[in-house]
Amino acid sequence: MRDPEDAPESTAPLTGEVIRCDACPVLCRIRKGQTGACDRYANHDGKLVRLDPLLVLERGGKAVPFLEPGKPWDGKLVAPFVTGIGATTTYPDYKPAPFIVSSKVEGVDMVTVVTEGIFSYCGLKVKIDTDRFLGPEQAAVRVDGEQVGHVTTAEYGSQMLSLGGVRHLTGGSKKEGNVTCEAMLTLSNKEAVEVKIDGGSTVVLQAGAAPVVNGEREERMRVGCGSATIGIFAQQWQGHCDEVIVVDDHITGVLTEHQAGRFLDMRPGGIRVRGRKSTPGRYFKVAEPGLGWGGTDITDPLSIIEKINPKTAWPGMRLLMVSTTGEDAEWFVLDEDLKPQKAGMPEPVRAVVERIAENCEPALCTVLFMGGAGGSLRAGVTENPVRLTRSVKDLITRVTCGGAPVYVWPGGGITLMVDVLTMPDKSFGYVPTPALVLPIEFTLPLAQYAAIGGHMDRVVPVEKALADLNIRVEPWAR
Amino acid sequence: MGPVASLLPGCRLHLEHGPIDLVIEAWGERVEIERAYAQAWDRFQDVLEVLVGELELLRSPIADPCPPARGPVARRMLAAVWPHRAQFVTPMAAVAGAVADELMESMLAASRLKRAYVNDGGDIAIHVAQGETFTAGIVDNPFVRQINGRIRIDAPCGVATSGWRGRSQSLGIADAVTVLARNASAADAAATLIANAVNVDHPSIRRLPARELKHDSDLGDLPVTVAVGDLPWEKKRQALENGLAVAARMRSSGLIEAAVLALQDETAVAA
Repeated sequence: MRDPEDAPESTAPLTGEVIRCDACPVLCRIRKGQTGACDRYANHDGKLVRLDPLLVLERGGKAVPFLEPGKPWDGKLVAPFVTGIGATTTYPDYKPAPFIVSSKVEGVDMVTVVTEGIFSYCGLKVKIDTDRFLGPEQAAVRVDGEQVGHVTTAEYGSQMLSLGGVRHLTGGSKKEGNVTCEAMLTLSNKEAVEVKIDGGSTVVLQAGAAPVVNGEREERMRVGCGSATIGIFAQQWQGHCDEVIVVDDHITGVLTEHQAGRFLDMRPGGIRVRGRKSTPGRYFKVAEPGLGWGGTDITDPLSIIEKINPKTAWPGMRLLMVSTTGEDAEWFVLDEDLKPQKAGMPEPVRAVVERIAENCEPALCTVLFMGGAGGSLRAGVTENPVRLTRSVKDLITRVTCGGAPVYVWPGGGITLMVDVLTMPDKSFGYVPTPALVLPIEFTLPLAQYAAIGGHMDRVVPVEKALADLNIRVEPWAR
Repeated sequence: MGPVASLLPGCRLHLEHGPIDLVIEAWGERVEIERAYAQAWDRFQDVLEVLVGELELLRSPIADPCPPARGPVARRMLAAVWPHRAQFVTPMAAVAGAVADELMESMLAASRLKRAYVNDGGDIAIHVAQGETFTAGIVDNPFVRQINGRIRIDAPCGVATSGWRGRSQSLGIADAVTVLARNASAADAAATLIANAVNVDHPSIRRLPARELKHDSDLGDLPVTVAVGDLPWEKKRQALENGLAVAARMRSSGLIEAAVLALQDETAVAA
């Protein structure tokens, strides 16, 4: 058994990993990532945080720290907005929403109905910024062997997944539902999930982070493939270069042979690159995939040149070799023997290389939550639910999730989309139905609230609603 | 932050201080209820602070000779775990039940109540006056509004529940072990130990040293359960049998009245 000297109350120094919670006399020592004895306070990255409080977002003004050491919170809030996080709810929503609060915004009495909605119909649309092949359209996307979604229509520069949805949540086996729910919850809370695509890749997804495809992290979206890069920048190179080779793992482009160079009446350079020719000036597989230039394994760009035709090339010919992200570039001039010799890159050429880099965006995964709030959730807001739906459609009622703006899909119901990155951390929860739980707020003028059959007897001023609650204050996200 | 009291709908008293979270309800004359609640609030003031003063002792494994404890709640804890000293157990195994018992006693000292309960996060002290009854329900899945079992109670007692999913750490894999005993602290200690005994080895069970999860854990480096995957039927039965053996022993020596053990979709009853 443990030595008494080793007991938790011993005077062992508190390292940076461990903080002492002073919320109650127990004075728990809490290691990073752990909670105290009460499970209500936790060490989040070295900071003491209260878990699951009602979250209040401040508009504009400065944030009030939740726990300033040695100083109790003074209870003051500046034009607060109460979010549904930590509001709690019931399902189905047979009673008024937990908080129906009124506040004056720009001189108008506003009502915000705050609740946490249970979404049995919900899914995630995941956009993965990569040109890599992740799997065929319609292929199953799996977590732990269970199908949680599928590959859907690709977008420019991005692969798209559609995850979750009622069929996987409740239409399949119990395990399929639970795995789907957990994967959606994890992604929605901005954490990472590894998925395996049938007939394709293994991808680690995390909102706001670079995708990891088969163990390799995508850093930047290339500006386009080598051929596209030629197409975009051909005119800017004209007059400064005699030949440009854009090295790319997918399609390597050769300017004077490419349609873009021909269009500009450029003189053929006579340089043949390795790989398989697709169409003029476009070559597949000039090298193996790797961490070198343009996603290939090469570090010496000249190694992809198979031969230089002495009948076509000429001494003094100016050659730019560049990758599709602009990260790698070399300038060469052909000598008397038509051998490329390294030379200092002229300023106008460097400017275009830098422009390639400037046009590359960081590769990201982004996650939009999509769900329907058209059901019984509305009963918590009004006695006449269709009027709420109409009021949302007429833009009288503003819908937010954890204070974040949402897009409400036109047509019937209240089907909304929200970028999980704009929502406060840990906004999502679940119930074992399984279904996701997330905060939702409806904000509208007080008079309109009465008109749609709102629970007027439940309206309380915002100051009063907050007075007795455990609340967390965060600055407005956007 | 000091203790906090509030009234919940249905005239229930909610007391909170640090990790202690109590829901209290009493039945009887209105004036008696009011007096009982006032008494509970009064008694609650220093409960946590006094406990914390002896925390080192209370977090150490109990062994002969019985260590001296000063606080009344701490003494209840020691009394509850003392009969189990042959195995590893710290008085903390009975802390919730002991607080419930202490508060119940303070209410009964001041008021005449027909019925009352003090629910300390699932560890419950129950009072029923002569001729009254109290029905407690057991719910297998807290998210499904369905009562899976009922106990009709006609004498003061305690009901406590322990399992790896609960707030306290467990060495076992039971989802819930609910114990009926003469008071809440006895039920609490027994539920903890029976839940520890509901155990079996299987690759789908994940365990971690207790202090990796809670730095201050009284369980030190003992492996506590953090995840239980789907178990084959024989494993579930075997784990429940292991727990049942411990429960039966406690029952025959008069430490508990009855126990209900739940593991995934299997249950076992010692009664």
